[in-house]
Amino acid sequence: MEQSTSKIIGEPMNRVDGPAKVTGRAEYAGDHQVEGGIAEGFIVEAPAAPGKIVALDVADAEAADGVVSVLTYKTVPQQKPYGSPEDEGRFTQSHAVLENDRVRHFGEPVALVVAETLEQARYAASLVRVEIETEEGVFNALDHKDQAEKPDSVDGLDEVDTQDGDFETQFSQSTHKLEVSYLTGAQHASAMEPHVTVAQWDGETLIVHMAIQIVASAVSAYANTLGIDEANVRIISPFTGGGFGSKLGVHNEAILAALAAKQCGKAVRVAQTRRNLFANGPHRSRHLQELKLGADASGKLRAVRHSSLASMARNYPFAEAPASPTRASYAADAIHTFHRMVKADIPKVDSMRAPGEAIGTLTYETAIDELAEMCGVDPVEFRILNEPTQDPTSGHAFADRRLLDCIRTGAAKFGWSGRVKPGSRMAGRKLVGRGMAVAIRPNTLSPAQAEVKLAADGRLVARLDMTDIGTGTYTILTQIAAETLSMPASQVLVQLGDSRFPETAGSGGSFGASSSGSALLDACAKLKSALSERLTESGVSANAFAMKDGRVLANGKRIELADLIGAEGLSADGAVDPDNHAKGQADYSYGVQFAEVEVDADTGEIRVRRLLGVFDAGRILNRKTARSQLMGGMIFGIGGALLEESLMDDRFGSFMTRDFAEYHIAVNRDVPDLEVHILDGYSEHSNPLGSKGIGELGICGAGPAIANAVHEATGVRVRKFPVHMEDLLDRLPAV
Amino acid sequence: MKPFDYQRLETPEHLGHVEAGRFLGGGTNLIDLMKHQIETPDVLVDVTRAGMDRIEERGDAVLIGSQVSNTDLASHPLIRRDYPVLSSALLSGATQQLRNKATTGGNLLQRTRCQYFYDTARACNKREPGSGCDALDGLNRFHAILGASENCIAVHPSDMAVAMAALGAVVVTRKRDGTEGRIPVTELHRLPGDRPDLDHVLDEGELIVAVELPASPPRLQSYRKVRDRSSYAFAVVSAAIALDLEDGHMRNLRIALGGVAHKPWRATKAEAMLEGKMPEAALFMEALEQEMADAEGHGHNDFKKILAPRVVVAMLRELTGLGGN
Repeated sequence: MEQSTSKIIGEPMNRVDGPAKVTGRAEYAGDHQVEGGIAEGFIVEAPAAPGKIVALDVADAEAADGVVSVLTYKTVPQQKPYGSPEDEGRFTQSHAVLENDRVRHFGEPVALVVAETLEQARYAASLVRVEIETEEGVFNALDHKDQAEKPDSVDGLDEVDTQDGDFETQFSQSTHKLEVSYLTGAQHASAMEPHVTVAQWDGETLIVHMAIQIVASAVSAYANTLGIDEANVRIISPFTGGGFGSKLGVHNEAILAALAAKQCGKAVRVAQTRRNLFANGPHRSRHLQELKLGADASGKLRAVRHSSLASMARNYPFAEAPASPTRASYAADAIHTFHRMVKADIPKVDSMRAPGEAIGTLTYETAIDELAEMCGVDPVEFRILNEPTQDPTSGHAFADRRLLDCIRTGAAKFGWSGRVKPGSRMAGRKLVGRGMAVAIRPNTLSPAQAEVKLAADGRLVARLDMTDIGTGTYTILTQIAAETLSMPASQVLVQLGDSRFPETAGSGGSFGASSSGSALLDACAKLKSALSERLTESGVSANAFAMKDGRVLANGKRIELADLIGAEGLSADGAVDPDNHAKGQADYSYGVQFAEVEVDADTGEIRVRRLLGVFDAGRILNRKTARSQLMGGMIFGIGGALLEESLMDDRFGSFMTRDFAEYHIAVNRDVPDLEVHILDGYSEHSNPLGSKGIGELGICGAGPAIANAVHEATGVRVRKFPVHMEDLLDRLPAV
Repeated sequence: MKPFDYQRLETPEHLGHVEAGRFLGGGTNLIDLMKHQIETPDVLVDVTRAGMDRIEERGDAVLIGSQVSNTDLASHPLIRRDYPVLSSALLSGATQQLRNKATTGGNLLQRTRCQYFYDTARACNKREPGSGCDALDGLNRFHAILGASENCIAVHPSDMAVAMAALGAVVVTRKRDGTEGRIPVTELHRLPGDRPDLDHVLDEGELIVAVELPASPPRLQSYRKVRDRSSYAFAVVSAAIALDLEDGHMRNLRIALGGVAHKPWRATKAEAMLEGKMPEAALFMEALEQEMADAEGHGHNDFKKILAPRVVVAMLRELTGLGGN
């Protein structure tokens, strides 16, 4: 069906890349074929760490059928040392692999076996003999609190710590005081598509097909690691099969593929197996979060202190900021937040969907629920009572905060009728409870550029190095271009994920749609102006015009595009500069989540019965893909509250839950009928589109709403996540 | 995966004519283990087309061919009608895709899901005899509380086998020399002792041909699987119960537990205490506590000592009509 050309942004348009994906025509990195064939690499993992390789025998592997080459630290070319401090950041720093005889963490590659087939490579990999002389390592921050340091920076925030107001005085004078600490488990974003790279060299130029969220920083990472010019790195990534933060930067398979392609003189594919991922992919660290909250007799917050302790992988500077939501959720006379990290000998710690808020709202919103209960105030009312009029930490005005609208709408739609006595509501042998929590997530804008070219036949090609990681980027960009240029969506072709295209910040931090969309909006507006000038020059003065099938429709006239723009067509470049937007304003996306759970009165098994979210993310660019994003986030929230945890054996620093049978993500049966409601909005301060980030918002608040519901069901406050049956079992009410 | 020879068994009678090797059924467990270099057979003998894929009703028994898929077995009208505990147990296991491939014999002989067994960098007496057991002081939430040894605390992961243990099923085998064996399901699997590398009592090359279910099973049956995730999760604890109520007395009571031991665990002490008695909540708990008297936790799995009795008591109450509380 042809889309209306007047109002396209926001429409629930089907994914433009949907047919290609469901018919297998969409080429993901691992699908890429190369003339002359591709050799397959298989990673040999270090069986122990940290330590030194004292023996490495690859003779049997080299002699095995089909083996082309075995890469070890002895054979690979010189790389820039891993994590060189002079480089900009973790995504662009050197990611050297097989660098030397040092093994930093369990599962780090100690060799790559390259063979003609994957089966040959995999078998030969099992023939590599490696011996590690281990040293004492740091695996769990909680065992090494004495080594906690204030990090140079934390993810997504300007300040590592904040201290607003006199906490000690406010806390000591509070009527109701809560002091609690929470443990949250490690997690891995295990996207369906593995981390995979196909690399080949064309002379001095490295050509890489890879699964990646941000193309430009990956180019820098390759250049830095391999010591080559950025101009000699070409990355192609038209489709990425899920990222959730785990593909923001390059990982071991990416560098290994490039090294192997060089060494073998042919294209090499390296894919992480699912088990590899849990050592060679990034993860969310375990956290210890300590909260001290004080309120007056009426339930007004006086004092808030939120501190966090987690692990940072050595030479990989990433610190998650769980106290982020605490800085902006509620007004209080004093708010102090702290983040401390322990450098550890573990795989990369990095962003996983909604870093900060996913586990920060999990604890803070659970503690707030507990404090509201202590104050005898309904949790909905408690939040309304403590709604701030300005950002409580920075003092800045809020850019378009409509949290109370979300809360009131949600309470009405869910049928919130106040709390019942915990453990008192039953359905058969199930204890039933309800809970709610607030969702908040910083909204940011990143620099982005875009180019558009209109051909005489009326077709528009838009190009950006932006990625589509399954979120619907192709579709929303198509909608933005079509609406801005008053042309049918079917005549817009968006091309993404190529390092030759104009640079964007890619997909991450929920900024992708707004940033790349604003750049494209600018490019299309410029093209429209240029076209308008051509119209004027040709004697047609029009305030508005539309395009279709190679013709411009203006003032009731039809003008052939070819006559206006000639055979060479018309191009325009666009950009967005974050410095021009939301200056001096505190900009967040908001929401509220209401949950109903059942807990088996005999076993303590927890299942979610209802989950309802109401969200405000400014202008919605596509109601269908937005809903999918929020729904996916809410399901992530179920996992965070009840299921997902990567368990490390702290004796060895190795993750032990290394497949989907052991690492539990929510399956269909764990997901009730989710209700997603989105407020209509337009956030004029945020960016030229008026949109806000939506990719991570759905997680925020979902977990604590469930945890709060578990409390109402059972009367038990669990202060570790995920919550399991054994946390409840011996404390269940006798019913 | 180590390169291997592949042979196909045409009929069980030809067993003596193929090389001795690992039997391949649905491959849902074995192939994974081969990819991970945990199983490294030289020869795979594919038994999926050896004519062992039928369910036959005989006068005194139902005979289930060892290559009947889990899906076909679970959905067979006879099984659904007379052996609902088996159907229910099967459907609680794995996923539809896995059940379509997995076979009856393969399900019985699947190996433990102990994370240390799966990780070749760790010590595991089952995978590498004599190397030690890293699970003992490690992450052992899923591990055994009954019948374990200092050498191994792994559990058998099957749901189906637990139901079969409660139904008094018998495994029918054929040895390489052509003789037939009959082994009760409850005696098929071993406790680990000092040979945790041996999961079962079958001889080398002994093939499971069929599983025999006695006719006229107890009428009241139930399977309950306690798990963290609603589907595609191994049991934390599971239980299969079968019994008859005659004039208000419990008869033919059989209770089997999964997720607690190296084998499906028949709660014979509890059964003996309850057999012939009138249903009574306090008695149920007493019997189960008796059964758990020797249970031993290893830290993360201590809660199973509380959980297992509670599950069985809740099931018994429901089956006998006592209801909640």
